[in-house]
Amino acid sequence: MIFSFQLLFEAIVFGILLGCFYAAVSIGLSLAFGLLDVPHVAHPAVLVLGAYCTYLLGSYGWDPILAGLALMPLFFLFGIAMYRFYYETFEKRGTDAGVRGLAFFFGIAFIIEVGLILAFGVDQRMVEAGYIGKSLTLGEMRVPLRMLLAFGIALALTAALTLYLSKTFTGRAIKAVAQDEGALRLMGADPVRIKQWAFGIATAVTAVAGALLIIIGPVEPMLDRVYIGRTFCVVVLAGLGSMTGTLAAGLILGISESIVLMHFGASWAPAVAFGLLLVVLGIRPQGLFGR
Amino acid sequence: MSRRVSPFSIGAAATVMLAGMLSLSGANEYFFFAGYVVLQFVVLATAWNILGGYAGYVNFGTAAFFGIGAYTSVVLIQSLGAPLLVQMAAAAAVTGLLGFGTGLLTLRLRGIFYSIATVAVIYIAETLMMNWRYVGGATGVQFLRPSPMVPFETYTRMLFFVMAVLAVMAVSVARYIESSWIGRGLRALRDTEEAAECSGVPTLRLKLLACTVSGALMGMAGAPLPMYLSSLEPASSFSLNYSVVALASAIIGGTSNWIGPVLGAILLASMQQIVTVTISSEINVLVVGVMLVVFVVAAPDGIIGLIRRLRRPRAAPGSTP
Repeated sequence: MIFSFQLLFEAIVFGILLGCFYAAVSIGLSLAFGLLDVPHVAHPAVLVLGAYCTYLLGSYGWDPILAGLALMPLFFLFGIAMYRFYYETFEKRGTDAGVRGLAFFFGIAFIIEVGLILAFGVDQRMVEAGYIGKSLTLGEMRVPLRMLLAFGIALALTAALTLYLSKTFTGRAIKAVAQDEGALRLMGADPVRIKQWAFGIATAVTAVAGALLIIIGPVEPMLDRVYIGRTFCVVVLAGLGSMTGTLAAGLILGISESIVLMHFGASWAPAVAFGLLLVVLGIRPQGLFGR
Repeated sequence: MSRRVSPFSIGAAATVMLAGMLSLSGANEYFFFAGYVVLQFVVLATAWNILGGYAGYVNFGTAAFFGIGAYTSVVLIQSLGAPLLVQMAAAAAVTGLLGFGTGLLTLRLRGIFYSIATVAVIYIAETLMMNWRYVGGATGVQFLRPSPMVPFETYTRMLFFVMAVLAVMAVSVARYIESSWIGRGLRALRDTEEAAECSGVPTLRLKLLACTVSGALMGMAGAPLPMYLSSLEPASSFSLNYSVVALASAIIGGTSNWIGPVLGAILLASMQQIVTVTISSEINVLVVGVMLVVFVVAAPDGIIGLIRRLRRPRAAPGSTP
């Protein structure tokens, strides 16, 4: 193994781009699990579902980003329905929601995964667009255009969500429901409706992230299993519910993964997220920017 | 000294004898091939329930213990040509130790955090095996089966009998834990860990014990896998499907009693065998997922709960004992 600064520099640049992408795919989970405490293990499966829906629209000639945006209302409703169901069957009954809630979302993840296998087969799928496959040459390094695009959209998404949570009335209510549900109820607001709304937004954002997923590279139905590690790693490392923390944690994961990728090879890369996750859980479960 | 023989031990002895007789009989070879898998899931579900059902810690990492058990055998076969029983004992030791390690994690992690950490263990173990050339790397290894021990005609029949004995053993261990002070302590810490600790339940010791026993049993269930398949590769032996079937069996059967996981595993695994043969192996994972969700939503206490409700139809709706 030859160490060179050029290689390390490239790894870091690539890692930053990748990291913002990881933040974008995790931000829905950061909202659903970090703020609302829903054990949403099915988030990566919803993400892959979003990628496949983009693929489906892409086969009718839609641009992937446009498709992702168009899917948002549909996924919003899907998220609302999912939360409503979860609330009625588990949260409302109270006791022992933990084990069964987890098992419920685990089951949902498997149903989505197999549904995708049955509908699309196990082969890899990808989309086509003008910006996929081209790359930008900066000096000696080549940066794929699609990575830059994902980077930009990821930043925009994070910024928009942060602004939404801190500036708008509903956004503040979502933060409030995470802090003290009882107090919010005393203020005359309905915490369940706010959580439902927030879960809808989390799922809608995941649709766009799914579009990014298929822009970055080909997808297959079982891809969600690797993303369990990546998304939960980012959310836990960030500290539950912190949006800027999500961006920072995404960058940490992206850079470490890209360095491992360049120096040890692709076969070690999937373990980076899971290893980092285990270390964070073992040493500092409240994350870097914990509330 | 006049201890009465319990119906359970008679049943256990009868099961072992029945399995022995079956494996010496002239039944179709496919029966043993499929029966082995069903029994393997009885062991996995029972082992899962010791931690998940009694103590309330949801382990998604069944596949990690199972796969490491299988790979322990591979190492022993490659290096020493060790016999099956040695492989199983070594697998129990290795995965028991790993179980102890995940038990230490419960010091800080509960609920979903513990579950996600166990998923991480699967992928880290899988990646290690993929990059370890000695055990075949990503492509895996193949074996020639040795000739079976004396009374058995074929190796599959022998493995069937071994797995039946292991299943009876696992169920006996689970039943002992359930009915002894260990089980009472685990149930207490499932309901409220702090309260249990305050009332003098040694929560950490109990959790470590449950994690170790559960992990060792899962590893033993995986140990005969290389010989059963005559080959082994990382992607399928660390498949998350093992985790979901073990968890689903216990929850569908009912987690409060040792019979629950047994019923659930027999039901799910036999159905899987039938669906895999008649329809497709994708559909069978779908069936597991759908049944898991349906049971969790509509019958939270599993088959056992349904039977109890049938016996006492006048019980107040919504009240869970």
